Amino acid sequence: MLLRNPGGMIGITILIVAVTVALIGPLLFPTSPWRMVQRPFLPPFTLANFPLGTDALGRDVMAGIIYGARVSLLVGLISTLASLAVGIPLGAVAGYFGGKIDDALMRFTEFFQTVPSFALAIVLVAIMQPSIVSIVAAIAIVSWPPVARLVRGEVLSLRTREYVQAAVVTGQTNWWIIWREILPNALSPVIVLASLMVATAILLESSLSFLGLGDPNLMSWGYMVGAGRTVIRQAWWITVFPGIAILVSVLALNLIGEGLNDALNPRLAKGGR
Amino acid sequence: MSKRKILVSFAAMCMLSTAAVAEGPKPGGVINAVIQPEPPSLMMGLVQNGPTQMVAGNIYEGLLRYSPKLDPLPGLAESWSVSEDGKVYTFKLVKGVTWHDGKPFTAADVLFSIEFLKQTHARARGNLAQLEKVEAPDQSTVVFTLKQPFGPFIGIFEVGSLPMIPKHLYEGTDFKTNPANNTPIGTGPFMFSEWQKGSFIRLVKNPSYHVKGKPNIDEIYWHVIPDAAARSVAYETGKVDVLPGGSVENFDVPRLSKLKNTCVTGAGWEFFSPHSWLWLNNRSGPTANKKFRQALMFAIDRNMAKDVVWNGLGKIATGPSGSAIKYYTSAVPKYDYEPAKAKTLLKEAGYKGEKVRMLPLPYGETWQRWAEMVRQNLQDVGINVEMVATDVPGWNQKVSEWDYDIAFTYLYQYGDPALGVGRNYVSSQIAKGSPFNNVEGYSNPEIDRLFADGAVAFPDAAREEIYAKAQKILVEDVPVAWMLELQFPTITRCSVKNLITTGIGVNDGFRDAWIEK
Repeated sequence: MLLRNPGGMIGITILIVAVTVALIGPLLFPTSPWRMVQRPFLPPFTLANFPLGTDALGRDVMAGIIYGARVSLLVGLISTLASLAVGIPLGAVAGYFGGKIDDALMRFTEFFQTVPSFALAIVLVAIMQPSIVSIVAAIAIVSWPPVARLVRGEVLSLRTREYVQAAVVTGQTNWWIIWREILPNALSPVIVLASLMVATAILLESSLSFLGLGDPNLMSWGYMVGAGRTVIRQAWWITVFPGIAILVSVLALNLIGEGLNDALNPRLAKGGR
Repeated sequence: MSKRKILVSFAAMCMLSTAAVAEGPKPGGVINAVIQPEPPSLMMGLVQNGPTQMVAGNIYEGLLRYSPKLDPLPGLAESWSVSEDGKVYTFKLVKGVTWHDGKPFTAADVLFSIEFLKQTHARARGNLAQLEKVEAPDQSTVVFTLKQPFGPFIGIFEVGSLPMIPKHLYEGTDFKTNPANNTPIGTGPFMFSEWQKGSFIRLVKNPSYHVKGKPNIDEIYWHVIPDAAARSVAYETGKVDVLPGGSVENFDVPRLSKLKNTCVTGAGWEFFSPHSWLWLNNRSGPTANKKFRQALMFAIDRNMAKDVVWNGLGKIATGPSGSAIKYYTSAVPKYDYEPAKAKTLLKEAGYKGEKVRMLPLPYGETWQRWAEMVRQNLQDVGINVEMVATDVPGWNQKVSEWDYDIAFTYLYQYGDPALGVGRNYVSSQIAKGSPFNNVEGYSNPEIDRLFADGAVAFPDAAREEIYAKAQKILVEDVPVAWMLELQFPTITRCSVKNLITTGIGVNDGFRDAWIEK
């Protein structure tokens, strides 16, 4: 179904390319992206070995982008999984049990929603000291509330369906009902949301690195843009290429999200019936 | 008009016109300069951080100033003499000096300032440790008597180290809460006029300045511009005429210096002589091993750092003393960039890839890039370096609490090894809580003895011999990894003349500056 959606197809193609590059990148560029390999400020397309030029210290921009793909995709994926791991159980419990439990959990969720997420992420990373772990944790902490709310809404509506009522009558435990009957049916909007969350997480990580709150030991796209920003008037390529990388990968994930939405939503799916 | 009056004015006209032909200083004009960051206060007796010294050096004065060769020049003292035994220093003050509020400046103010600064100025307190007594036999004479000869004593009278404070405003008050702190009163060439917090500080000419015909400039505006890129733009658009050292990023220097009517100079930092190095924790971890520390010196490509990160500004540091500091010697062991030698030394040191934490100095792009470069140098010889991200308070805390393996820093050296060098190597300066003392924890009784002797040896030849020995031992032991003698270029319009005339540079005030029209 997704394959029939042209936008989704483009998105998937780009993502496959990005993942491949991230996986085999170290084979193509065995040396560290931090290594100073040529004279500083080498413009792009002048030397075949360094197609995208070098940065302020003479580091290969191409190698930086390839190694940066690993960091960006990894952060995007892991932080999304982490926020799903928090958001889904919370939302499911709140929606299923309702009442005071629901109230308590939703107030707790709203507490996180009222704080601007990026500001909260900055504070969290600054307090925990910038490292890959603290960045993933911060992104997960600021991005689970929408998951919780979405899952709660789905569970609320599914809870009153007859097959759930039937399961209750047959004496199945609450947890079993949530796990076997409700969640599988609530999952499709969550999958769509998750694909968009990966994109948001990549953007968040880039923004944090741009502000100098990235892991100082990992080359990431946001770091490259941030470090090149001050020399943009002398050397545009240091910021522009990683910027394009961020743009393309976020766009690809959004296209996939759209495609998934069309494919998983029966009312929108063309030719589905 | 009487005949005599006409004659006089004619003579005056002649003098004016000859002055014009000789291209001498012309009065008038306004200088717009950048100050970064905004100083917390302009009361130099209480606050002595960089930006305060830079602005308040126009308002306050010290007894002496120092040439680029660090020889003393007259300031508020017109002459001085040292007794044969090196223990008694007699200063004759310039006569007829007044504070900005019109009260006369006298020897009593000098005595008061000494007492004031002993309470408020940590470095002055250290500098005055050898002082037995100070007396004022008359209104314009001050006599300092030392406990024992202390060669560097003649070097402690610069405005930032020993500014003169008005006794009539501060005597008997609580210094920290005195309302006069907001409207600083000094004897300097410019008077405080206005401070729009977050925007600018305005100073105006002191019409009754004690040097006749100075200052030439009418007004100085110090503009507060927090972003480095915006500061470059302010210069390019003509909003400011003076960018003091360190106010723009290094990679902007070449671009700005190519602009029309722009002059760049590295002069004016001789007195401070900022010296950069890596703190190496001598207590624990791989850096406790001397061979490992020597390996670091061979592994780091300091030439490349100078050329790429600092755009060719500065000088490779050969040891603990900067080359502008007294008794500097280059006759010490050399550490060139030799990665192969570094690897051999690492093997001898028995290094097995233990993790080494490195703290960059959180002072902006240049320092971040430099740390990245050094990390790569070290990884290339097989050292397992992990960079720790930090901000200014975090850096201060980690370094002061000795929680690091390698940490970037730079410190001022104040002209004499007894004032600005010894503090980083003698064991009596090992104390938690300060990022400026013997942070590395190096302890060598011989070095302790040499610095103790050197401070009080007399005459200068004796000091020279002692410090040469100390430098040789230190460079052999590598308690810290010396990097570069930094140079912070001052960028100005070429029409601003005589801005920097002493070894104290911009911090010494704009009393000699003038603008060519």
